[in-house]
Amino acid sequence: MTARLALAGVHTHIGSYHILQGVDFDAPAGATTMLLGRNGAGKTTCLRTIMGLWRPSRGTIALGEATLSGLPASAIARAGVAYVPETMAVFADLTVRENLMLAAREGPLDERRLDWIFGFFPTLKRFWLSRAGSLSGGQKQMVSIARAIVEPRRLLLIDEPTKGLAPAIVGGLIDCLNEIKRLGATMVVVEQNFRVAREVGDFVRVMDNGRIVHAGPMAEFVADEALQARLIGLSLDSHQ
Amino acid sequence: MSLDDFGAALPRPKPDFVPALTPLVVALVVAPFIGSASSFVTLTAAGLAMGMMIFTMASGLTLVFGMMDVLNFGHGAFISLGAYVATLVLLPLAHWAQVDSWPLDLALLALALAAAVVVCGLFGLIFERLVVVPVYGQHLKQILATIGGSIVAEQLLYALFGPDQIALAPPASFRGAFVLGDAAIEKYRVVATVVGLVVFVGLTLALNRTRIGLLIRAGVQDREMVEALGYRIDRLFVGVFMAGASLAGVGGVLWALYREQVHASMGGELLVLCFIVIIVGGLGSVGGCFISAILVGLIDNYAGFLAPKLAIVANILLMVVVLLWRPRGLYPVGGR
Repeated sequence: MTARLALAGVHTHIGSYHILQGVDFDAPAGATTMLLGRNGAGKTTCLRTIMGLWRPSRGTIALGEATLSGLPASAIARAGVAYVPETMAVFADLTVRENLMLAAREGPLDERRLDWIFGFFPTLKRFWLSRAGSLSGGQKQMVSIARAIVEPRRLLLIDEPTKGLAPAIVGGLIDCLNEIKRLGATMVVVEQNFRVAREVGDFVRVMDNGRIVHAGPMAEFVADEALQARLIGLSLDSHQ
Repeated sequence: MSLDDFGAALPRPKPDFVPALTPLVVALVVAPFIGSASSFVTLTAAGLAMGMMIFTMASGLTLVFGMMDVLNFGHGAFISLGAYVATLVLLPLAHWAQVDSWPLDLALLALALAAAVVVCGLFGLIFERLVVVPVYGQHLKQILATIGGSIVAEQLLYALFGPDQIALAPPASFRGAFVLGDAAIEKYRVVATVVGLVVFVGLTLALNRTRIGLLIRAGVQDREMVEALGYRIDRLFVGVFMAGASLAGVGGVLWALYREQVHASMGGELLVLCFIVIIVGGLGSVGGCFISAILVGLIDNYAGFLAPKLAIVANILLMVVVLLWRPRGLYPVGGR
């Protein structure tokens, strides 16, 4: 079920802009890898490139034995990759139920799996038949994450899951991400909130100017404040 | 407790009925100016029939525009093609069409509609592959390419069927009028209204009760996310484009029997009305398209009766007024 994600020399161009300039990194199987970096470093482009929403102009992307680079997003999703975009991208005119039904490709919604999801996000049960567009930002984020985990996936790509969320909701989200990790999924999470990154991440990869400039275990990164200040521009204190 | 029961206790958001009531409001406002009740009934029935035919043509366009983000100025070619298909089916069977039998005439109409669905769907597939695929995501090029495609299609129709208009009388049972008091309602207009309603109900059920419909509704809002969920959006696009062309063909059959004549440029002439309808209704919204088509049909007929000189611009004025009131149309689709 779990699989290692590996990127080697990945370049992505968007129009005339050269965004990813040779990204090399791996996300170990069954672990959570945090992708950090300043705004504009290329984190979101990196996730979108893995998901097939941008085509890499060079380099290879592999999940376990399967090569993902060059495949369309639909084929990458069917290979077991789920994506939670920064914009959440819930289908506003569809109900919460319909949003999750679309994500359940293998068949009808599994009620036991749903109960597990409702354990983290009880609000979703309450708003089950409501239009997703009528929900608050935090609730939409729950729908977006629930959609990614409504069926077991090998790799989850999550872009800024706590962006704009109230602290009370962030706690539930951390529990959820840790539980997904416990079940064995490989995760790559872009996160600006270092407290969350520290609590959820096993490994850290830091990007700058379209390249990976640091890779290592999260514990080492947390212990080295000078490194944090140099790479992500802020001291740990300011994130707490 | 079943999945459907979750959240059932929550107050549901109130449905927005106001836009749906606009045709009624227009009819009530205009009624005193018409003068006689019989004229009002006749004009209203004519407006409804015209609205249903325009809806049938425009519903395909709104799905193609809403989901695929394709400005298909070639949509009119499928309307014309549907009309020619009707001549190919109905003219050889003209001796049957002379028999005053409702079941036989309805069967003939169903045959013509089915043929138009198949032929226009197949030509839609060819048009999408040849003309639309190279210009996905490029609006300006889409306009140029689809206008070019429609000119080629129109000239091909002239080459195949000749430059003259082809007369196409409706089957015998559809001629004449139902008389209600002093009001006369043409039988064919009732038939066209019923066909339009069947198309609307069928489309609504397909979009709301099937998985493909769910995918189309989701695709109208966010194509990229549909693909990221593992669905081949390109195949869905082809299917929607073919369905859109088929619906245009159905509209072409209905319009040809209404006008009792067929010519290759008729689709192009109707295209402006179709674009007004989908813009007023809200891009990608089938429900909005339905309401706005009725509005367009009613206003066209009322204006033609009350102020013929205004009739040409009446629907443009309608679009201006609606967009000032609701800039994204009567029933905007989320994300658009």
